[in-house]
Amino acid sequence: MPETIAFYVFSAIAIGASALVIGQRNPMHSVLLLIASFGALAGLYIQLDAPFVAVAQIIIYAGAIMVLFLFVVMLLNAPQEDAAEWDRTHPLRQGVLARFGSLLALLLVVELVWALLGTSDVDRPVGEQAGAAGSVRALGKVLFTEYVFPFEATSVLILVAMVGAVVLARRESDES
Amino acid sequence: MGLQAYLTLAAVVFCIGLFGVMTRRNTIGILLGIELMLNSVNINLVAFARYSGDVTGMVFTLFTICITVAEAAVGLALVILLFRVRRTVTADHLDLLKG
Repeated sequence: MPETIAFYVFSAIAIGASALVIGQRNPMHSVLLLIASFGALAGLYIQLDAPFVAVAQIIIYAGAIMVLFLFVVMLLNAPQEDAAEWDRTHPLRQGVLARFGSLLALLLVVELVWALLGTSDVDRPVGEQAGAAGSVRALGKVLFTEYVFPFEATSVLILVAMVGAVVLARRESDES
Repeated sequence: MGLQAYLTLAAVVFCIGLFGVMTRRNTIGILLGIELMLNSVNINLVAFARYSGDVTGMVFTLFTICITVAEAAVGLALVILLFRVRRTVTADHLDLLKG
């Protein structure tokens, strides 16, 4: 029963914070709320017996990526979006497009509900007992044997992304 | 909790992220929406891994997190570059390719 309560609490935090991320006009508040959302998701990962994923979520998402976002928001001093002006001029607000967009959104919701109702619900986790499936030992064993090639490919990908980011964000005047 | 509860949560978070990507006009807001969508995928992967007793889903979650790092780095570098060239981060004003 405590698990159920924890699930609902974490889910409520995750959904509420996510909705506020989108609703906020101030990018700084959006980023801070996204950290709260990621924290709640990390709690859900612990519930799902995936402590390593939860810790990686906290360290990489809330720690690294969000700090990067905060840096950029502060660096650009991004202005708040003006709500009234936003409502008036948004292209999705204009007649036909708004109706078409609503139709597509409705279709997406119907499709998702249909898909969710179609899944057979599994009531309890299967396999090893709690704590064993997602342990660092089990995860590392699979990661460094079966998936060692994707692992190395990912490291190359991150290197490429790092070089690309440096090249993109470099000042032109630095070349001379 | 059953598997369906986690799938529903993931679907809701995905829809919120998609709505954000569609409606936000701030480029950073759009990137935040993409982060939300990627995270909802992670919930699905971990839930399926736990409820099928297979650790592969969690390994894929780690890959997703790594790729998100690359995406955020390149995306934010592009935002900085755009701001330097156009002095704005509003997506509507970035119509360089419009004829």
